[in-house]
Amino acid sequence: MLLSVTDVEKSFASADGPVPVLRGVSFELAAGRTLALTGESGSGKSTLLHLVAGLDAPDAGRIIVEGQDLGAMEDAGRAALRRHKVGLVFQQFNLIPSLSVGDNLSFHARLAGRADPARQADLAERLGLAPHLAKYPEQLSGGQQQRVAIGRVLAARPRLILADEPTGNLDEETGEKVLTVMLDLVAESGAGFLMVTHSARLAGRLDDRLHLRGGRIA
Amino acid sequence: MIRSAAQALWSHWRRHPLQLLTLAVGLALATGLWTGVQAINAQARLSYDQAAATLGQDRLPRLEGDLTLADFAAARRAGWEVSPVIEDRLPGTGLTLYGIDPFTLPPTPGGVAPDLSDPDLLRAFLAGEVVFAAAATLPRLPDDLPPGRLLEGLAPGLVMADLTAAQAILGTGALTRLLVAGGPAAPEALAETLGATLLRPEGDGDIARLTDSFHLNLTAFGLLAFVVGLFIVHATIGLAFEQRRTLFRTLRALGLPQRTLGWLLAGELAVFTLISGALGVLLGYAVAAALLPGVAATLSGLYGAGVQGSLTLSQVWWLSGFGMAALGMAVAGGTSLRNLATLPILAPAMPRAWARAQRRTVRRQGWAGLALIAVSGAIAALGEGLISGFATLGALLLGAALLLPPVLVGVLDLGSALAKGAVAQWLWADTRQQVPGLSLALMALLLALAANIGVGTMVGSFRATFEGWLDQRLASELYVTASDEAQADEIRAFLAPRADAILPIVSAEAELAGTPGEVYGVADHPTYRDNWPLLEAQPGVWDRLAAGEGVLVNEQLARRESLWPGATLDLAETGPLPVLGVYSDYGNPRGQAILGLGAFDAAYPDAPRLRLAVRIDPARADALADAVARRFDLPPDRVVPQATIKAYSLDVFEQTFAVTAALNVLTLGVAGFALWASLTTLGTMRLPQIAPVWALGLTRAHLALADLGRAVALGLLTALVAVPVGIALAWVLLAVVNVQAFGWRLPLLPDPGGWAALGGWTLVAAALAAALPALRLWRMPPSEMVKVFAHER
Repeated sequence: MLLSVTDVEKSFASADGPVPVLRGVSFELAAGRTLALTGESGSGKSTLLHLVAGLDAPDAGRIIVEGQDLGAMEDAGRAALRRHKVGLVFQQFNLIPSLSVGDNLSFHARLAGRADPARQADLAERLGLAPHLAKYPEQLSGGQQQRVAIGRVLAARPRLILADEPTGNLDEETGEKVLTVMLDLVAESGAGFLMVTHSARLAGRLDDRLHLRGGRIA
Repeated sequence: MIRSAAQALWSHWRRHPLQLLTLAVGLALATGLWTGVQAINAQARLSYDQAAATLGQDRLPRLEGDLTLADFAAARRAGWEVSPVIEDRLPGTGLTLYGIDPFTLPPTPGGVAPDLSDPDLLRAFLAGEVVFAAAATLPRLPDDLPPGRLLEGLAPGLVMADLTAAQAILGTGALTRLLVAGGPAAPEALAETLGATLLRPEGDGDIARLTDSFHLNLTAFGLLAFVVGLFIVHATIGLAFEQRRTLFRTLRALGLPQRTLGWLLAGELAVFTLISGALGVLLGYAVAAALLPGVAATLSGLYGAGVQGSLTLSQVWWLSGFGMAALGMAVAGGTSLRNLATLPILAPAMPRAWARAQRRTVRRQGWAGLALIAVSGAIAALGEGLISGFATLGALLLGAALLLPPVLVGVLDLGSALAKGAVAQWLWADTRQQVPGLSLALMALLLALAANIGVGTMVGSFRATFEGWLDQRLASELYVTASDEAQADEIRAFLAPRADAILPIVSAEAELAGTPGEVYGVADHPTYRDNWPLLEAQPGVWDRLAAGEGVLVNEQLARRESLWPGATLDLAETGPLPVLGVYSDYGNPRGQAILGLGAFDAAYPDAPRLRLAVRIDPARADALADAVARRFDLPPDRVVPQATIKAYSLDVFEQTFAVTAALNVLTLGVAGFALWASLTTLGTMRLPQIAPVWALGLTRAHLALADLGRAVALGLLTALVAVPVGIALAWVLLAVVNVQAFGWRLPLLPDPGGWAALGGWTLVAAALAAALPALRLWRMPPSEMVKVFAHER
């Protein structure tokens, strides 16, 4: 199994004491499958995604990615996991503003030691970014920036791709186009794909769906 | 409405206490260093005024020249209301002795003279049993002077005695001047009769003029520190305005008029001005109080000017401190207020817009910097005078500061293009992106470093030249001063069988090219031929000097009057003489000339012959000094070994630059603070740029180290740019400002070791400035980092 999440709990501190966000979440994702994680605002979707990515640690439960238990890893181990096995796409794109579009596209792949100029060029072509490689992120539209973020992940060939509301900042038409491209490319890569969304329509385009409510799988 | 709006606006500072601290400290530092320097200048000028007002000589015409008591008596008999004065420095004390005649001293408003209405006190004064001095001077009186009594209002460093007593103490029968309070004709007639020079009250050569350059130097440093401090304030205000753009937009949308918003923000700046201005003025007082003793020692050592060592400041000074703080705030905050006035109501929130806008202007800045450096070169080539020297410095420093961001961007772009790995490439590119946000702090650092290198190189060059010069000028092993000419003959006879050579040191006051100066006579001896530091000379200079065929002049006189070899110096006592050579004469503000001993004796037959330079095996010098002192019962200041004079001279030199060094360190400290404040502020703002890199697989430790390395790299690049700027600064100081201020030019002696050490300290300062923000990043909880991905920042 590519991803295994078991009884994961997480709460955040507040002035009134800890606020539980996840209360024993469990699910699995196989390689080559796509899974939508839906739920209302505050249901814990993004928190769960961040835990799976190793950006944060759960209070309880286990998260295993390709046989590696994230709970047993130090900060450096989790960073290495993100570098080599996990790819992230964010709602805010989160490109690196100081690097050109071309350098942003290749950045993750070079970090992972898997830089492949031919693949990068192919991705740029298919994502419609070829004319913009010398530009900087701030010079692109939102849809173009998100395509750069998707290209950045796919160029690194991760085993698990995580996307947090990847079309949330785009208009409906652009969002549809971006998602189509992303799903096509993910399918070609054979990676597992976990997408957080609050849109039932977008979730319907993926293989499987999980709904979070009050920190639990509904 | 206004109250609610003000609450909303000012709540920003509650949420950003570091920014508040930066703003307050930046303005306080800027104001403090400026007002501190002004306090020192004001105190010094007050002391000069007191000195000038002593005896009311700033209000009376006076005669100077080769005057004696016989001249005084003849003038009185001819109906002139004149009063004799003798004035000279007491060797080794830093004090100046004034001898007066209490019976003829004219009562002048503002003049300071002792009240001698008590017959006993008058008798003691006339008998040389008492002298007068200010409270600060009394503890400094040497043991061999009569007991001192307090005389309020007397300038610090002055000692007042009866004329005859003062002549005995100074070992001379000459007068320094005659004060002219009235007479049967215009004072010019008396001057002609006595062959003396008439000086009007506003006459040249007073101490204020001599020290003007020193105070201008201090003022320039104060201004530099002020500008460096303003860089901090400008950056902080700009940032705070940009961070509140969303709030401005909201307030405007809710109905707050543009004008009211502007007034509220102006009021905010006014409050800061009052608080920081008060802190700054207090800081300035502390700086001045700490530095004033050093300044007083400097002015006493270099110019013989007495300055009180404690502060007495006027209300004007306090108010001007606030005025300067307000001016600084207006300059630093003016741009932001103007931008606000033109802000469209729907302008989007762009927290990084100020940085981006700066990046856009980098190229224009570069051109402006180049233009200013060209202007600086043109002023250096074409301008004359001290003001043009400082204008050269100002244009050079400002031009270099403006040029720094484009230079940094260029170097970092090149590094990014040449970088191999992804992380290295990101590091270069990210550093480049930080330049606009840090440029003001880096420019401040550049100014401080360049000032340090420039002034350090100047002082180092001066020190090395001065030491070499002292070795040349003080070639004799022992210097002896007799009490009178009979004793001088006895000493000469005593020394003859014991020393290798005995060289007379004779001098007389004379008018040199229209201004008072000194003429010396030198024997024809290898001591002078081999050692005297000649800058320019005609062939056979020493033979011709010994034959009385010409004169040597010091560099100050040569530069001031264009008296280079080949020119002619017209001395009243000798007639016109060709200038045979020019010698360096550091530390002496007056003109000086040297004649061969024969020519001197013929021209100045009455000059006292009391001083002797003794050549002897250095190993035997101390023993001979003891023998002379015992045999003739001479006090220590009359028998001085060469080493003692050198040590004293070097001590005076070190004191001269102690204050400059202190201001240097303070300016560097301000720049370090600016860098720390900028890095800390930007640390939180740039989290959205760092978090994605962390998410892609770099650890927080890596990122923190990268931040540290980035700050060090920027510090290093700035230091590298500062070196040529500092060298150019040193050249202007040595070749332009020094010549104008002191009358001598010094060679520029590079100090790569010192520059490297300063560079090292810069790296340490940059690392320290970045340490806290880096540590915060290292320890930042992941839950904080992931917020970047969930919220618009």
